[in-house]
Formats: sequence, C-alpha cells, structure tokens
Amino acid sequence: MMKTAAISGGLDVYAIREQFPVLNREVKGHRLVYFDNAATTQKPQEVIDALVNYYTTYNANIHRGIHTLAEEATAAYEATRDAMKEFINASGREEILFTSGTTDSINTVAFTYGRQNVQEGDEIIISAMEHHSNIVPWQVLCEEKKAKLKVIPINNKGELLFEEFEKLVSSKTKIVSVMYVSNAMGVINPVREIIKKAHEVGAVVLVDAAQAMAHLDIDVQELDCDFLALSAHKMYGPTGIGVLYGKKELLNRMPVFRGGGEMIKEVTFEKTTYNDLPYKYEAGTPNIADTIAFKPAIDFVNRVGKKAMHAHEQVLLDYATEKLRAIKGVHIVGDSTNKISVLSFVVDNIHPQDLGILLDNRGIAVRTGHHCCQPLMDRFRIPGTTRASFAVYNTLEEIDLLVAGVEKAIKTLS
Amino acid sequence: MSDHKTIAQIEDEIVEEFSLFDSWDDKYEYIIDLGKKLPPLEDQHKIDENRVRGCQSTVWLVADYKDGRVYFKAESDSVIVKGLISMLIRVLSGQTPDDIISAKLEFIQKIGMTTHLAQTRSNGLLSMVKQMKNYAVAFKAKNSLTT
Ligand SMILES: Cc1ncc(COP(=O)(O)O)c(C=O)c1O
Repeated sequence: MMKTAAISGGLDVYAIREQFPVLNREVKGHRLVYFDNAATTQKPQEVIDALVNYYTTYNANIHRGIHTLAEEATAAYEATRDAMKEFINASGREEILFTSGTTDSINTVAFTYGRQNVQEGDEIIISAMEHHSNIVPWQVLCEEKKAKLKVIPINNKGELLFEEFEKLVSSKTKIVSVMYVSNAMGVINPVREIIKKAHEVGAVVLVDAAQAMAHLDIDVQELDCDFLALSAHKMYGPTGIGVLYGKKELLNRMPVFRGGGEMIKEVTFEKTTYNDLPYKYEAGTPNIADTIAFKPAIDFVNRVGKKAMHAHEQVLLDYATEKLRAIKGVHIVGDSTNKISVLSFVVDNIHPQDLGILLDNRGIAVRTGHHCCQPLMDRFRIPGTTRASFAVYNTLEEIDLLVAGVEKAIKTLS
Repeated sequence: MSDHKTIAQIEDEIVEEFSLFDSWDDKYEYIIDLGKKLPPLEDQHKIDENRVRGCQSTVWLVADYKDGRVYFKAESDSVIVKGLISMLIRVLSGQTPDDIISAKLEFIQKIGMTTHLAQTRSNGLLSMVKQMKNYAVAFKAKNSLTT
C-alpha cells in the first residue's frame, strides 16, 4: 500500500481534499473514490458558496438595470471574464466569449466563421481521436458547403501522426480543429506545431482545450491559436458555462450567430446594429450564476498552481499505470508517455460496463464506454474502455483501492 | 398446466431469493453467475435485426410464438446484463401476450436493480423490456388477425 505524502508534487493533497465536500460522501457503504474527473471534476466549497451567495444576496439580470443588485451582479459576471483573460493570457477581455461549454464554443465557430469562410471544395482537418463535439459540427458544415473533412491518423499508442498532418494540410485547408488533450486516453497533442504549420497555408486553428485546462499552462498568445474552446465544469467550476476565446480581428469579422437581447445596439424592424465584442455573441440573459461561480474555480486553480497539480497528478498516473499494467489481461489504451492523468484500459474477455458496475459497488467512480469518441474506439477495434481520470484531490491510497477493485472484479467476472 | 407459474409468482420467487443477500457484492455475484449460465444464442440469431440498441452493451433478442405463449431467447456481451436477461426470460418467457403486455416487473425495483432500467445506464435493458413487450403486442395482433 502506498500513502500519498502530505506534500506531493509540492502541494498538500489532504488540505485540498477538505475543500471538496462531496469527497466525504459514501457510495454503497464505501468512501467515494472519484476517478471520473475527465467527465467533470468535483467543485470546491468556494464555487458552491459563490452560487449560493449570488442567489441569496444579489440575484439580478445583468447589463440592464441601474439598481444596486444589477450593478453587483454585472460586476461579478464581468470579473469572471477578466479572470479568464488573465488565465489564458488573451490580449483583451473582449476576446473572451461566454458560451454554455466546449460543445457550444465549437458550434459557434463552425456556424459563424465556418459558414462565412468555408466554400465548396475547401477542407477542414480534425484528428482521429476527437470528441464527437469536435466532429459533428464540422460534418454538418462540410455537408452544407460541400467541403471535405480530413482526419489526421494516430499510431497504436494513440499519438497523433504529425507527418501525416503535414501531408494533409494544403492551400485548400481552411480550418484545423484539434483537441489539446484526448479525453479518452489523456494523450497530449502537438498543437503548437499544428498551429504553426496551419498558419503557413493560411488556415485558422481551433484548439479544443476541454481536457487541458485543469492540467496544462495555456497562453493563447504564445500558442497563437485562433480559437480556443473550454468548459468550466472540467476545471473545478460549474456546469453550463464555458468559453470561446477568439482573436479579436477574427471575432470582429465573424457574423453573429444568435440574435436577441444584449447583443444589439439598436433594433428597428428594418435593421439591427450589433453591439461590440464580446456582447454581440452573447444573446439573451446568460448563465449569470454559473459564470459568477466560475471565477472562484479559476482562483482555486491559480492558487494551487497548475504546475503543482500536474506534478501531483503525474505521480498518480505513473503509479496507477505501473500497478494496472502488472495485472494479467489488462491493456492500456493510449500507452503514450506524453499524457495527462487519464488512464484508459481494457481487460481481456471482460466488458467495461461490467467492470464499471462492480467498481461502483465499492464506491469507485470510473467511466466506461466509448467516451464520445466512437471513431477512436473503431480505430482500436474495441467497443469501449474503462477510464480512470485523476484530479488534484486524488491520492495513491485511492489508486490502491482501484487496483484491488479491478483485481477482484476480474476474479468475479471470469 | 397446473405447474404453470404466473408472472407475479415468479417475480415473488426472485424477490425472495434476493432477500438472502445483504451486500451488493453478493447480489451481483449471483447475477453474474446467472449470466454465465445463460445458454448462448446461436450465431445465426446474432444479427442486426435482433439487436436491441443500448449505448454501452449490446443485447440480441429473439421471440417465438407457440400455442398462445411467447418464448424468448437472448444474449448480451455484458455478463451482468446477461444475468438480468436471464431473470427477465425466467419471468416472461412462456407467458401469454396479454400477461407480458401488462407485466409491471416490480421485482426489478424490489431487488434493487432499478438503476439498470434508468436511462443513464443506457445498457439496453430498458430497450430490451420494451422490445419484449413489442413482440407480445405483435404476436397478439397477428393472432387476432388469424383467428
Ligand atoms: C475533449 C473534449 N471536447 C469536448 C467536450 C465537450 O464538452 P462539454 O460537454 O462541456 O461541451 C469534452 C467533454 O467530455 C471533451 O472531453
């Protein structure tokens, strides 16, 4: 049995755990072991408090009222935009658009920038490991425009083949949309190189950073990505709120997507003039409460520090990989050394769903299935995997419980 | 047909069997055991037409109609689902279309397996129950046409 050092990767895991009330609950008579962090992370008390505090003391619609509550709510809402600008080092706050999440962000780009700039015969490039959210919008766009969707292949370790990308990219390429980190395997993609190469042919690049935000330092100016999509709920924040970052000059040129309140300057029945960035893309009353409660999540990540988080999670990943690999019949899917803390595996002759159910009986939450990446599963000729994904509050003791659970389940099921 | 058991009687039997278990591990070990014992479906039946779609696991289901009663055979790639199927077959196979259509299958809830019927599990079991009832409806309709 391994015990997590009080200080691991430079952080105090036990002090961090105390900030996450849900970690104290029991599931089926066992202390919860939460290893489904790639689906959504748990929330620290300060995020929960921010939600309650908003509804308890200053609930109001934003940007419209002149009364005190409306001013307080507007200030808190806009403070999240400022925090996010700093968090990803955008060059201006107007480059931060609030959406309902990564899926919404990608769809917004596909149906604004994409509709405007992709023509018949043009090409859009994605990778073989994309989440359905980064496949379907482009398929719809390609069908609409008679454009072609090209797919960057991967190797048996789940690593993207950059040489193949270099062969695919051409003057026909208009958009490249790739995930920074794979949700199904944890593999980190060479997005910096992809962006550089795509820019050489004049294509724009969208980075799906949903899985990267809570683990890797991201500086959009240094990356030079044109768009970046993320979800708050995968970085200790609330559900239903995400961000679309876009370079200002691109956002300014893009047509609006949704019409309604807030996004307008003036409306007559003949013509509407639109508001300035970022508001022209934020139609209607937004998700005020969750946007406000997103800021403490950003503060939490900043305070703990992504470097320390990443270092601790790497300790967990290395330990779990070694332990699970040692079990007979277990095969890791995406066995790359360049990963964040996601461990996806299959077990000979055992259905992932059965394994997931038996782990749940021991209070261990993992994800089983195709992880919204059916093309990737097809690539490996498997119906799905069992995925354990680790966050800053997980410990080595919990991994021992997972390993024991897997060993027991294999015995029961075979 | 005096030894014929009604759906309600079989459901009661299952509930009673499960009352012996007090831990989830025991319940599931029993279900897994049933799953392992479920006779495999012949390969010729494992075709798309007989597939009951679920998100995670696959179920194949075939039905026959003989002397006013419906007989089911099924299989899944998940052992646990196979165990659950085995219980459903025990309850519903050999019953009349009318009884199958009106079966409430409360035993599932009584033995604590409702989660498997929930949409979230999307494991095909819910679709399987629906499909069993659809077969019953179809056989009933066919029967009323021919008689
Ligand atoms: C890589 C990746 N992209 C996109 C998404 C979709 O995110 P959301 O459901 O928050 O829109 C996810 C979530 O699972 C993801 O992991």
